[in-house]
Amino acid sequence: MSKKTPQINSGSMADISFLLISFFLLTSSINTDMGISRKLPPPLDPNVKPPEIKERNVFTVLVNQNDRLLVEGKPGDLSTIKNLAKEFMSNPSNDPNLPELEMKFIPNLGDVLLPKSAVISLKNDRGTSYEMYLKVQNELTAAINELRDELSVQKFGVKMSILGNEEQIAAIKAAIPVPISEAEPENIGGN
Amino acid sequence: MARFKKKGTKAPPEINTGSMSDIIFMFLFFFMVITTIREATLIVRVRPPQASEVQKLEKKSLVSYIYIGTPINKGLGGQSRIQLNDQFADIHQIQEFITQEREARDEADRKLITTSLKIDRETRMGIVSDVKQELREIGAFKINYSAAKGKRTD
Repeated sequence: MSKKTPQINSGSMADISFLLISFFLLTSSINTDMGISRKLPPPLDPNVKPPEIKERNVFTVLVNQNDRLLVEGKPGDLSTIKNLAKEFMSNPSNDPNLPELEMKFIPNLGDVLLPKSAVISLKNDRGTSYEMYLKVQNELTAAINELRDELSVQKFGVKMSILGNEEQIAAIKAAIPVPISEAEPENIGGN
Repeated sequence: MARFKKKGTKAPPEINTGSMSDIIFMFLFFFMVITTIREATLIVRVRPPQASEVQKLEKKSLVSYIYIGTPINKGLGGQSRIQLNDQFADIHQIQEFITQEREARDEADRKLITTSLKIDRETRMGIVSDVKQELREIGAFKINYSAAKGKRTD
C-alpha cells in the first residue's frame, strides 16, 4: 500500500520527437512546386534569316482556338499525338517522310542511330486554352521521356529515372534533346 | 551538524527530462508553420492544370513566380490578369519585375533563376504568349509551367 508507483522514464520521448521533427523537415520539401520545365528561345534577330528546314524534319502540331488539334496536316487528338511524336523522333522503319537518321557519337553512349535534326513545331492560337496547351506539351514531354527511357534501358539496362550517374543522364539527354520549337505568336483569332 | 552530513551522502537528484519533448514539439510546430508559408497572397484565381510528366522545382530560393488568372474579387471583372508579388501588374512591368528578382539574388545565381508560371487552366494563351515574349526579351529563358501531378489519360 505504501509503495510508490515507479516513475516512467520519459527521456526517450525527446528522441522520438526528434525523429518526428527530422521526418517533417524531410517531407516538407516534397510539397514543392511541380511543373513542366521548358527553355525559351532567345529573341529572334530580324537581320538573320531563319534556317530552312526540310519538311520531313518537322512535325507540326497546331492547336486552334476551339482546342482542336491539327497534327501533320490531319485532325488529331490527344491520345494519338504521343505515339506519332515518338515515331517521328525515332523513325524506326527509316521512312523517307520521317527525319533522316545518322550515326552520332555521344560520349558515354557510343554511336547511336539518331535523327539528324528533328523539330517539333508547336503553334497555338491566342484563343487556345492554357489547359489544352499544357496537355499537348505534356504529351510531347511524355513522348520524349519514353524515348529516353527506351534508350536508357537499351544502353544501361535501367530506366532513366533510376540512373544515378550524372554523366549517364547527361548522355541520354544529349542523345534525345527536347526539340520543341514554338512558333512566333501570331494574332489570328483575336483575344 | 550531523543532520547536514546525512543529507550530503545522498545521490544527486535526477534531472527531469520530461519537458524536453515539449520543447522539441515546439520546434516541430515552428518548422511546420515556417515551411508552409506562401510566397505571396493570391489575388488571382489559379487552378493549375494537371499533367503527368511534371518534375519537381529544385531550389526554391531561385524561383520567381508569375501568376495569371481571373481576379478572386469578382468586382474586378472576369478578364485574366497578371499578378506579380502581391499586386496586379501590367504586361510591361514583367521586365522590371525580373530585373528586381535578379538584383535580389547573388551575382552567381542570377543565371539559374527559374520563372515559375502559375497559370489558371482556363486562361487563354494570348496573355501567356505575351508574358513569354516579355521573358524572352529580358533573357529569362528558364521557365516552368506549374501543374499538378495527374494521371495519364489514355
